[in-house]
Amino acid sequence: MRLPRELFRTVRSGNWSVKLSCLIMGFGCMANGQVGKGLLYLAFQVLSILFVICFGWQYISHFGTLGENAQKKVWDEAAQIYRRVPGDNSMLILLFSVLTFAVILLAVWVWCMNIRSAGRAYRLRREGKPVPSLREEAKTLLDGRFHVTLLSAPMVSLVLFTVLPIIFMILIAFTNFDSNHQPPGNLFTWTGLQNVTDIFLGSELKTATFRGILLWTVVWAVFATVTNYIFGMLLALLINHKYVKLKKMWRTWFIIPIAIPQFVSLLLVSRALEPTGAINVLLMELHLTETPLPFLTDPLLARITVIVINMWIGIPYTMMTFSGVLMNIPEELYESAEIDGAGPVRRFLSITLPYMIFVTTPATITTFVGNINNFNVIYLLTAGGPASLDYYQAGKTDLLVTWLYKLTVDQHDYALASTIGIFIFMIVSVCSLTVYNRSNAVRKEDMFQ
Amino acid sequence: MKKHISRRRLRVSIGLHTVLTVLSVLWMLPVFWLVVSSLRKEPGAYTPYLWPKEFTFDNYIRLFTDTTLFNFPRWFMNTLFVACCSCLITTILTLMVAYVYSRLRFKSRRAIMNITLVLGMFPGFMSMIAIYHFMKAIGLDQTLTALILVYSGGAALNYYIAKGFFDTIPKSLDEAATLDGATKNTVFWRIILPNSKPIVVNTAINAFIAPWVDFIFVSVIMKDNYNNYTVAKGLYTMVDKANIYHYYTVFCAGSVVVAIPIVLLFIRLQKYYVAGVTGGATKG
Repeated sequence: MRLPRELFRTVRSGNWSVKLSCLIMGFGCMANGQVGKGLLYLAFQVLSILFVICFGWQYISHFGTLGENAQKKVWDEAAQIYRRVPGDNSMLILLFSVLTFAVILLAVWVWCMNIRSAGRAYRLRREGKPVPSLREEAKTLLDGRFHVTLLSAPMVSLVLFTVLPIIFMILIAFTNFDSNHQPPGNLFTWTGLQNVTDIFLGSELKTATFRGILLWTVVWAVFATVTNYIFGMLLALLINHKYVKLKKMWRTWFIIPIAIPQFVSLLLVSRALEPTGAINVLLMELHLTETPLPFLTDPLLARITVIVINMWIGIPYTMMTFSGVLMNIPEELYESAEIDGAGPVRRFLSITLPYMIFVTTPATITTFVGNINNFNVIYLLTAGGPASLDYYQAGKTDLLVTWLYKLTVDQHDYALASTIGIFIFMIVSVCSLTVYNRSNAVRKEDMFQ
Repeated sequence: MKKHISRRRLRVSIGLHTVLTVLSVLWMLPVFWLVVSSLRKEPGAYTPYLWPKEFTFDNYIRLFTDTTLFNFPRWFMNTLFVACCSCLITTILTLMVAYVYSRLRFKSRRAIMNITLVLGMFPGFMSMIAIYHFMKAIGLDQTLTALILVYSGGAALNYYIAKGFFDTIPKSLDEAATLDGATKNTVFWRIILPNSKPIVVNTAINAFIAPWVDFIFVSVIMKDNYNNYTVAKGLYTMVDKANIYHYYTVFCAGSVVVAIPIVLLFIRLQKYYVAGVTGGATKG
């Protein structure tokens, strides 16, 4: 509420040039000696109005209904063929409406800035102080307002490639954009909270799928994180043991497998696990089993398999982290503990372990969140399978994120996918925000400076 | 007594090395298998026996010469181009954002930081559909430019690691420079960046690797434009049902070719990995 009040006061106390700035942007600046800045404001006003009239209006005028006329085929008597008569396209309407609204929002913000700087220029001139020129103001962008300069490019890319698409997808969640409503042939429209109620209350199959997959996602994330944490720590302790020679070489052996692109290594592993794959061939040649083991097709075995294979991918990462942390533990701590008569076990329990846990907590939470969204391991190993009739378009090892992928890419059921996407987003963001803002690295961010 | 200790030491040492050998064999086995398959003469994804009957370099030669169906050399150059461009853009953007959050104090800083952090949690390919149509509207769909924009578009989200590193550079350095009349701009280029080599290298290598290993974003952006595929997407199409029998060993050869530079970069990255993950917290 502070900004409107401030603007109102500026306009009331300003002279006619400031008041005219409300209509013609940049006028106040030009009248008070800031011609360059004023022209920039004016140019922005002209461009944004042109954008909305020439481009935006045709979309936002249909925003309420998301289009009325679908593309039709009309018989052309003269040419004896069906001709396509172009109609509305719900998706483009929604997409460019979002873009236009963003431009309008930006324009309103620039308009506020315009009044503010008009008022400032007017005040300076009335008090007889020098009014800064465009060049002088540009100079502050390299020092006092350097954050504006540095942040502008990243923020523009962030808005275009992340914020607007996310808003678009959130809006999709309130429509019926699915495989039966694919524009331009079939338009989709607003359906309110239909998708949300479908998942949580309405459609039994979808509710069951959602509940089952959510449960497995949590189980998976816990197991994947805990196994990697414990075994990664053990491996790091093993490699960094003082009797072990050639530490660098051992570390490299474990790093090479994770450096190979996952779509290669996981594809290879999943081939090897198939009934005719290398592992089953080996097991049968050794006569350990008569029939091939259903590593990827039996629900329970498949779930165990993905967790085990994930250890192969994940442990080297934790090992690298812990190795670095171990090397950073101050040597004095051990020396004084030894003088106090603490044995190796005692030293490990009261120095090494607490230190490692303390330092790696934020990283572990990040790993946990990463595992909730661990697309590659599941998709490349089992593709979510084995498929199940109890589930809506999903299999027994599907995580929320792979289910979402299948719904969008294979099923084109965008509306349902968006709803799940928003849900994942909410869980994950609440978790990580709490953790990041509470972790030491953030609270004590000025500690080392 | 001394002899007793050294014998015990020897026994422990042998035990540790045995465990490590077993584990590293387990870990390296798939890699070894990949190399063996890439040299196998008989085609097909499965063989009823483990060890190949005959070895050959033909798969590598086919990979680079047989370009009628799968144009691997072209995909390789595409990926190299995209990786270089997006590496440059991403590194600059990420470091800029990290510097702002670490050093400059301004209104709404904490709010913007939290918002960027949260935005990074949104499943990336959800927004890809919107981005695809946006690209289509401005005539960039199925182009390498679109791919570069997509890979570097999220740069502002990954500031966390670099910021943690910048936080550990003493602020007294900046203050001394400011007293000598340096602007914040000069401080960034002349003081912060030269003191942050590890994190610059880390950010750059990570950004460079991303286009080589991603196949989801390429699939959404490129659809069926084979000429503009990257190696990941290209290799992935080699092993779909129609081609896998004839191209599986070629796929393995291609994977080895792609993996070698990444492995080398990764080994180099290892040195900086910890500073990255723990966000400089280890320096306490």
